[in-house]
Amino acid sequence: MSDQVSAAPASTRRSLPPSVTRNLGLVIAFLAICAIGYFTAGNRFASVDNLMTILRLASIVGVVSIGQCFVVTSGGIDLSVGSMLGLATVWATTGATQYYADQTTWLLMVFAALAVGVVGGLLNGIMVAYGKIVPFMATLALMVAAKGLAEWIANRQTQIITVRGFENAFNADPLGIPTLVWIFALVAGGGWVLYNRTTFGRRTVAIGGNLEATRLAGIKTNRHIVMLYALSGLTVGIAAVMMMGRTMAGTSTHGSLYEMDAIAAVVVGGTLLKGGRGTIFGTVIGVLIFTTLTNIFTQNNLPLSVQQIAKGAIIVVAVLLQQYVAARKTA
Amino acid sequence: MSLSKIRSLALCGGLVLALGASLTACTGGAPTASTSSSATTAATTATNGNSAAGKKVTIGFSAPAADHGWMGAITKAAVAQAGKYPDVTLKVAEGTNDVNVQISQIETFINDKVDAIVLLPFDGAAMTPVALKAMAAGIKVINVDREFNSPFAARTTVLGDNYGMGVSAGTYMCSQLGSKKDAVIAEIAGIDNLPLTKDRSEGFAKALADCGLKVSNRVAADFTVQGGEQAAANLLQAAPKIDAIWNHDDDQGVGVMQAIKNSGRKEFFMVGGAGSANVMRQIKDDNTVLKATVVYPSTQAADGIMLARLLVQGKSLSDLVEVEVPRKVTLFAPVVSKTNVDQYLPTAFES
Repeated sequence: MSDQVSAAPASTRRSLPPSVTRNLGLVIAFLAICAIGYFTAGNRFASVDNLMTILRLASIVGVVSIGQCFVVTSGGIDLSVGSMLGLATVWATTGATQYYADQTTWLLMVFAALAVGVVGGLLNGIMVAYGKIVPFMATLALMVAAKGLAEWIANRQTQIITVRGFENAFNADPLGIPTLVWIFALVAGGGWVLYNRTTFGRRTVAIGGNLEATRLAGIKTNRHIVMLYALSGLTVGIAAVMMMGRTMAGTSTHGSLYEMDAIAAVVVGGTLLKGGRGTIFGTVIGVLIFTTLTNIFTQNNLPLSVQQIAKGAIIVVAVLLQQYVAARKTA
Repeated sequence: MSLSKIRSLALCGGLVLALGASLTACTGGAPTASTSSSATTAATTATNGNSAAGKKVTIGFSAPAADHGWMGAITKAAVAQAGKYPDVTLKVAEGTNDVNVQISQIETFINDKVDAIVLLPFDGAAMTPVALKAMAAGIKVINVDREFNSPFAARTTVLGDNYGMGVSAGTYMCSQLGSKKDAVIAEIAGIDNLPLTKDRSEGFAKALADCGLKVSNRVAADFTVQGGEQAAANLLQAAPKIDAIWNHDDDQGVGVMQAIKNSGRKEFFMVGGAGSANVMRQIKDDNTVLKATVVYPSTQAADGIMLARLLVQGKSLSDLVEVEVPRKVTLFAPVVSKTNVDQYLPTAFES
């Protein structure tokens, strides 16, 4: 069932790390998509520049998906991530925020975005854990409200970032790798450790497996659920900062429909939508599958409409595969 | 200068004023969509080789999702225009309202080392950093419709004239209602709070003020058929007698016309906006309240493609004395009524 149970004995016979063997089908699918990219676009696809283009595209949705993965593993869902991302970019780029950031430090804008994300997450968590509102409805409410609040604050206009320090920080490519990709790598790495190596991760899986049993085992499940949504909110805040770095602007349209992209990546990655089993590694591959697909379509001059059809097909196949695997395990 | 050359220049100059969007006609031999004989003469006699095949040019094109007729027509016209030049290879990365994806499309064009990029951004400000990156890489960026916030982000900008649309609509109404100083004028705007909607309304109010008229009732829709129907239904409830309506957008106009039909009202005339083929056919048939529309050319990106090719090949707009392609081209927003509808129908977009 969980990562922890299967991790120890399985690795004695196989040389591949368990996170890879468990996600073998997924990795093969990803490599197949890369092969299609190579055969259709050749070295244009396999170049370092293009790899960075794919990773930059993947990084923002990727960070959101890591947070989403925790929530989904616990049996919840966070539909507010897209709108909250937009709200965080708007809040962090208002005239007032930028004025104070100019007077003090650009980190103030980062702090503002993270704070908005975390507060939104806490709201979700409290509604779900203590208000007993089903996650779908609680986060749907915040999705709608956050969108409206963002439009209201920004007066439906795009706020341009003029703080120099912020621009400089995001134009840098430390060690030849873009800042965005570094952040994604750190968040994914941190998420993996949190999920696989801490009691926080174990409790998340337990709550997704059986909430009532976990509560009876003496774990403060309500508090844990609030923390899970706050974590998702934190990743949204981080993604908002990344989006601001990529566009040098804050607007309510940022992050539009990212909840769908994140949920799709998480589920295609192998996390069960009903909770109890998740995978950070699979989530990262799930994100990469979709972004690589976008890249291949762009390189081959194909319309995005066709890609959306392909995306739909991939989701259906992935879910069918999950059900097949689950059925075989229980049999 | 020979007589025929002078004549063709004069014709061509007149054509610019009249057609607005059809800059193609004046670049010397570039094929034009107009079928009038004068345009053909101008196109063939003003040739100085701009349409002749030159250096191979690869152009990347990116636009937002085609969620309304006008935007769909933008891409269609751009692809068609590129197809007219044997020396142009067009890469189309179409259809996204996610700036993150649109940025990655431009990054792919930069990786591919295209010669020029024609970009209609989903959000002008948010696409500025990547446009700057492309310009820094030596790629000529042509900005279409929604402006960047840095003058260094594009070599040339092609824009429709939103303020001018309002002025044209207002001026037409003045000409129709001139003697009637107490006329009730209604306005159905597009998405309020968009800069372009504000521009259109300002131009409209200014032109009406010049002949002593003003907007009595104003509602806003959202460019969709459904939104237009709702806004118009509310407006018709609120105003029992109207003399003229300006509807900003012909896509939402489908809904507006439906609401008018449902109400059975006929006492006013209506002016549209953007210039869809559907609306132009109704103007031509002249059996509805629709009497005119003002054009917001859906051929902007096509002109962007044409300018991109000229820029890369080091050519100029041959009917201008200037030897470089202009920094900014603002297209004219003419009034289309029954008398001149045939001239505009061929370049109108299907919604």
